[in-house]
Amino acid sequence: MKTVPLQDLAKTIRSKNAGTDKITFDIIFKEKDTYDLVCKSSVISKKSVAELYKISEERITDFVQYDPANAIKFTILRDRPSGDPGDGDIFGSQQYPPLLSVQIPVG
Amino acid sequence: MKKELRILCPNGHLGFAPTKEESFHIGAATKPDYYCCDSGSDDIGASALGANRSVSMYKWQKHDLELMLLAAREQGVPMLIGSAGDTGGNSRVDMYVQIIKDLAKEHNLPPFKLAYFYSEVDRSYLKSQLANEVIIEGLDGRKVLTREDVERTERVVAVAGIHPFVKALEMGADVIIGGRSSDCAIFAAAAIHEGFPEEHAYYAGKVLECASFCAEPYGAKESIIGTISHDDVKVTAMHPDQSCTIASVAGHAMYERSNPYFEYFAGGMLDMTNCHYEQYDSKTTRITGQKYVPVEGDIKVKLEGSAKVGEKYIGIAGVRDPYTIQNIDKVLEMAREQVEKEFEGETYHLNFRTFGKDGVMGALEPVKEIKSHELGIVVEGVADSKETAEALTLFATRQIFYARLPEVKGTAGTAAYLIDDVIYAGATYSWSMNHIVPVNDPLELFDLHVEEVGKDELVKS
Repeated sequence: MKTVPLQDLAKTIRSKNAGTDKITFDIIFKEKDTYDLVCKSSVISKKSVAELYKISEERITDFVQYDPANAIKFTILRDRPSGDPGDGDIFGSQQYPPLLSVQIPVG
Repeated sequence: MKKELRILCPNGHLGFAPTKEESFHIGAATKPDYYCCDSGSDDIGASALGANRSVSMYKWQKHDLELMLLAAREQGVPMLIGSAGDTGGNSRVDMYVQIIKDLAKEHNLPPFKLAYFYSEVDRSYLKSQLANEVIIEGLDGRKVLTREDVERTERVVAVAGIHPFVKALEMGADVIIGGRSSDCAIFAAAAIHEGFPEEHAYYAGKVLECASFCAEPYGAKESIIGTISHDDVKVTAMHPDQSCTIASVAGHAMYERSNPYFEYFAGGMLDMTNCHYEQYDSKTTRITGQKYVPVEGDIKVKLEGSAKVGEKYIGIAGVRDPYTIQNIDKVLEMAREQVEKEFEGETYHLNFRTFGKDGVMGALEPVKEIKSHELGIVVEGVADSKETAEALTLFATRQIFYARLPEVKGTAGTAAYLIDDVIYAGATYSWSMNHIVPVNDPLELFDLHVEEVGKDELVKS
């Protein structure tokens, strides 16, 4: 089956702090059809995201398909609060790139 | 009663980077009813709150306050600022109050009423609450607050809801400088004070607080205007090239929050599950279907606390030798072992961030193979005293230079330095509180003051 990387389908793929203890990820699609296609493929799921980032599923506090914005959104607990010694991304804004190349089957 | 209320928001974080003036003036020319802006965030880490400082430049803060103050005073409409000076700490409120007074004098503004409130919470208050067996719940998986948490915390701010802003407006305030506040409450307070429904007031606050982040194409620090009626909220981009589209507005509803459906604040929650978005005109999106759910029982106010971890130094080492790059983990492990020996019995934090490998993502980085021909290693050393932190960081950074792998060709040094020294990065702090405290009166944690500005000058002249 033919696949394309997520970055060719999504308009926005981003990560950002959600408060001091979490980082949230947004994958936003311009067209509803594309959003539906990605949702139906089930390639982006709580389980697959946990595998991609090598974290336990318990660390994913929210995982939603948000129809009003044609968006998939999930949130993870940080391993330490933002800005603590050892934290390399105070704003949490550079944690999305592994999502860019996730392969989505397109029929 | 007004049929609709128009609120201008010029910037998603006042002063963090200067407000763009063109779209602000376009918006101001339409004569909005209120000018509201948030000036802080917990995004910036705990150090600014702990060390009682801003992370924004004073010049930009003054620039943005000047734009808003002059426009608001010219029209004679209120201006509301929340989370003064990045943290909303008391010293930041005082600084903004002084800026407003200075600006009033510089521009010879007619007298006006200035209100300001403090958000810092005395640690003794929290200790007495704990002693009275009040449960202060932790958020995001944190445990309930303990006396030890309070004791190690340097500074605490409570996050205000609409209450101190509404109170100040009722007292006739023209300008309000708030301590730490929920972003959405700054806008919602204006609308609720004017008699508009809570659901539209809070939704407007949620969508307006980041200014042009809810518009497209992407462009920060541009003004937008929210229009609140008794039936809906409309949001309009002011920049000539930006629009608030269904996608940009709905997309923004989930920005910086763990869940796109619920927004929590002191006094209740905004439920956006059934929000409906429609394109009203080319620059405007209309939103309906939001719900306001008031809290059951006591109002709970969020607390943010910052505890000192220690003094921080940063060292930087570059590596170009390919054999060293392939064995970088071993090199850093050797450096760590040397440090452990040298600083035995001392308490410290030592971290290596290896850029070119996993410096950005750390443990979350799925790419394990190093593809870069050079690495940059940032050494972070934290200890109680500056002296120990400096020695620790310098020692660790130099160990990268001295790492002797058995087969390395270059035996004169395995690191390149920009400086043969380490850099003081200030005192560093940790978020020690992300909790909620129940209160009887939503104003009890916020100390509100009102004064007349420019009156003395008037009497003298």
